Amino acid sequence: MSTRSRDAIRAFADNRLALIGLAVLVLVTLFCFVGPLIWQTDQVHTSLMEAFLPPGPGHPLGTDDLGRDVLGRLMVGGRISLIVGLLAAIIATTIGALYGAIAGYAGGAVDSLLMRIVDAVISIPTLFLILFVAALAAPTVTTLILAIALTSWLVPARLVRGEALTLRNLDFVRMVRVLGGGPGRAVTRHVLPNTISTLAVNATFQVADAILIIATLSFLGLGPRPPAANWGGMLSGGLDTLYSGYWWLIYPAGLLIVITVVAINLVGDGLRDALSPRSAR
Amino acid sequence: MGLFLLRRIGQALVVLLIVSAVIFALLHFLPGGPARAILGPRATPQAIAEFNHVNGYDLSLPQQYVRWLGKAVQGDLGFSYKRNSPVSTLLKATVPRTLLLVGLGTLIAVLVAIPVGVIQATRRNRAIDHALTTVTFTLYSMPSFWLGLILIEIFAIKLGWLPPDAPTGGPLEMLQNPAGLVLPIATLALVTIASFSRYVRASTVEQLEQDYVRTARAKGLQSGAIVRRHVLRNALSPVVTLLGLSLPWILGGSLVVEAVFNFPGTGFLFWNAAQAQDYPVLLGVVLVVSVGTVIGSLLADLGYAFLDPRVRDQIGAQ
Repeated sequence: MSTRSRDAIRAFADNRLALIGLAVLVLVTLFCFVGPLIWQTDQVHTSLMEAFLPPGPGHPLGTDDLGRDVLGRLMVGGRISLIVGLLAAIIATTIGALYGAIAGYAGGAVDSLLMRIVDAVISIPTLFLILFVAALAAPTVTTLILAIALTSWLVPARLVRGEALTLRNLDFVRMVRVLGGGPGRAVTRHVLPNTISTLAVNATFQVADAILIIATLSFLGLGPRPPAANWGGMLSGGLDTLYSGYWWLIYPAGLLIVITVVAINLVGDGLRDALSPRSAR
Repeated sequence: MGLFLLRRIGQALVVLLIVSAVIFALLHFLPGGPARAILGPRATPQAIAEFNHVNGYDLSLPQQYVRWLGKAVQGDLGFSYKRNSPVSTLLKATVPRTLLLVGLGTLIAVLVAIPVGVIQATRRNRAIDHALTTVTFTLYSMPSFWLGLILIEIFAIKLGWLPPDAPTGGPLEMLQNPAGLVLPIATLALVTIASFSRYVRASTVEQLEQDYVRTARAKGLQSGAIVRRHVLRNALSPVVTLLGLSLPWILGGSLVVEAVFNFPGTGFLFWNAAQAQDYPVLLGVVLVVSVGTVIGSLLADLGYAFLDPRVRDQIGAQ
């Protein structure tokens, strides 16, 4: 392991907030993916007899409007929120990184054209673009992942392009050309690996943003369709009962979103401080 | 300055041209094309062919693009069959209201975020910094629709101080009924404060670590005077750029706020159009908000150039 990465790990481990964030993320992931194995609930059948039961024995967080156990539903619902966030971030980062690396490495007119396209798409407000795409295609989990990814590749593209512009003139990348390596090799073997830390930090924040976007889309009625559960859908469904006082349909789902997003942002901040060369805080 | 201005405006025009091409491409990704979208799934093939011919959709794509762009430049953004009204009329009614919401929300956000960020930076890692960071971090990580509904629950339902719905009418009539504007503007402002104050804090911290601050301190200047006279000006000019860059994000926030409070603005219009699959309105709104964003970031860049003497001189020298 290089000294640089060992320093980065040490800097991250010294950051108490980032460690707390990481621990919370591990717990949330266990809650969503291992939890349902321990706390087994019926999320398929509905029972109006058991609707809107307040928290009590048998249902620690009560039941929802269709009599489903809220705790069990939070566990299953978190899976979609986390998976959509993660996949959207990975796809967006991959597309953006390749696009930015090609633009930066090519330079000149190609770079200008490619980056003007980024300038243009970035001026279309994200939420409007996502709503537009969601209105075009029936909102399924797959189309949502693609819609979010298609609007969030722009920032990684700009970041990588900036770094690629610098890297292409460094000796070790020039040597690839001298030794007869093609641009494909230079980009994938030398430019992209050197932008990994920038990309990792940005991708972390994108997961957090994506979780909030899915929640917002659910509220706007264009999220994943029921019966598939997700935290945003549960929160906005619970908010429909704002006047009835069913707090257990609102706060657990809302707090899980806030806690998860805060945790991801703390990890992102920690990564940025650990990986940036001038991490004097 | 003139050359810089021209070059920057030229760049904005190129971006606008590409935006229009992207939106035009979106129009043609519509399942079944615009005819199917407007006439509905049960339209006969003859009706669709007739519609395409009348509206010029049987021309080649470049011809259609030029035609569409020519109309859009003249303010003709198509016709909403769902609302039986030209899209431009709908926009004329809603854009001023959204400008009022976004304008006041952003103004309040800047006025609050600057002192918050500066207080955090000058008292770094002390209790007040941690407390404010916790608040802004939570607000930033919260779905904004939930924040809006919590404000409604507290101030409209429990305390009954403010109405839960936005006022109707034009922007001037809205201003005559300011109680209804408080909660929507507060929601948008709170979310924006959470984001802006983090930048102000980081930017001020960076300035406080500069050599000139140490020099001023060595000369015996009071901390307060250093911050007011030297640090603020340098730390705040990036905020102008931030404003320009955040415009698409603020407009998205405004859409959510408009949906929560039934605020009859452009975001609300867009949201209803998305649910009704009213494509002419969707396209018209996307075009207008994108043009607004491009103009906004152009103004922010010019404002930054004007504020920062280094950039200003550099431009003057060119």
